[in-house]
Amino acid sequence: MSDTVPKIRLRGVTKRFGDKLVLDGIDLDVAARTSMVVIGGSGSGKSVLIKCILGLIEPDSGSIEIDGKDVLRQPSRVREAVRARIGMLFQNGALFDSISVAENVAFGLLALKKATPAEARARADEVLAQVGLAASVGDLSPAELSGGMQKRVALARAIAAAPDILFFDEPTTGLDPIMGAVIDGLIVEQVRRMGSTAIAITHDMASAQRIGDRAAMIHKGRIVWEGPAGSLMESGNAMVDQFTHGRRDGPIQMELRK
Amino acid sequence: MNRLLDFVASLGRGTLGACMATGRVALFGLIGLSHILRPPFYGRAFLRAMVEIGYFSLPVVALTAVFTGMVLALQSSIGLSRFSAESAIASLVVLSITRELGPVLAGLMVAGRVGAAMAAEIGTMRVTDQIDALTTLSTNPMKYLVAPRLLAGVLALPLLVVVADILGVLGGFIIAVAKLGFNPVTYLADTMSILQTGDVVSGLVKAAVFGFIITLMGCYHGYHSRGGAQGVGSATTAAVVTASVLILALDYVLTEMFFTK
Repeated sequence: MSDTVPKIRLRGVTKRFGDKLVLDGIDLDVAARTSMVVIGGSGSGKSVLIKCILGLIEPDSGSIEIDGKDVLRQPSRVREAVRARIGMLFQNGALFDSISVAENVAFGLLALKKATPAEARARADEVLAQVGLAASVGDLSPAELSGGMQKRVALARAIAAAPDILFFDEPTTGLDPIMGAVIDGLIVEQVRRMGSTAIAITHDMASAQRIGDRAAMIHKGRIVWEGPAGSLMESGNAMVDQFTHGRRDGPIQMELRK
Repeated sequence: MNRLLDFVASLGRGTLGACMATGRVALFGLIGLSHILRPPFYGRAFLRAMVEIGYFSLPVVALTAVFTGMVLALQSSIGLSRFSAESAIASLVVLSITRELGPVLAGLMVAGRVGAAMAAEIGTMRVTDQIDALTTLSTNPMKYLVAPRLLAGVLALPLLVVVADILGVLGGFIIAVAKLGFNPVTYLADTMSILQTGDVVSGLVKAAVFGFIITLMGCYHGYHSRGGAQGVGSATTAAVVTASVLILALDYVLTEMFFTK
């Protein structure tokens, strides 16, 4: 696929839940082998945006192209094949607590029939090592792990099938700053190693600058700014500046009931 | 006049809501059933559900059946003695247990134990994004979570009812022999002479239907739970209440089908 065609291209993506317009015509391009960080306040539509690209939520209108093909207009079999190329790290890890850590990591490989159970276990141990966890952790239950370890396991599960697109939903939420930096470092390392294209959504400005090549801000369902992630703190955009510096006063008004 | 219109409007809204909910449950059940027949099959998830529904429910179903059989023998002896018809105790116990009480009581017990646990487990998976995670890992949640449970419910409950039937009759036998002074051989002969294959089979068919209803309600309410711990709690309650009411209602419908000519 030519690098001139964005890996992911969104045009006019709109989603409404009842009366609430959550996505209001999102346009966004993510080039291949780059990391895009999407920032925005709670309820701004970040998670819905990622779920629309993943196919977990059907947009009301617009197009979502991956490698130049509009996935919304493809048959379900093709959409499933596209989804199989995407790895996702959920905000709270979303590890399956009824099975072991190794089974969690190997889950996608076995579902895609990419490996036998023995091969999948070997791959799980390999990926756990890549995120800094010993193979013995694979025999534990997710409930026996700390928050930071659960995030690492969730990252290992997301990258186990070597996806060419990775999504990260609030990867550092709930972690202390040091563990957050460790997880960010692992994300950057794995994305570069696999040559993947990544989209991360976050509130954490330090994390956004560590992970992202480019950044976009979403507010009230619209992309209000896009630029290099390195310029987030001095973007020149009043909304981005208010958000990144955590200022109470500015163009973004919290909808508080008086 | 306005109050009357408001009342009619709310009645209409309620009726439409009930119809829509029934349609959603029916569609959910049909999709779940269709996944039982289409590969891939998750044998391990099915076996786990069989153990959870069948094996772990054995103690509670067994105790319920034994005590119900005992009470039935005791109560019927009091009632039938007024007509000097104590000899009918064996018939009354075995027919009541196999046709009605075995499947209904086992169904209600399993609804309380398994339906609630199922709704809580799947509901927690929903609110912690585990169901979305399944989809992102190329696994259909209906196929992985719902289909094995539905199949296990349909198969495990009749097996539990076989046990409940035997233990229920045993409970009646113990009271009849130990307390009411019946001859054990005569009691068992009376039991076997009145019992027909259809009595047991109708109870097992009821059990299969109740097993489907319990697992369907547990899966449906868990799958559609929203809003954290409170949502999971509401889903659990809804699963048990709807399954219990449906078991009693369907018991009547099935009894009409089997025994009314």
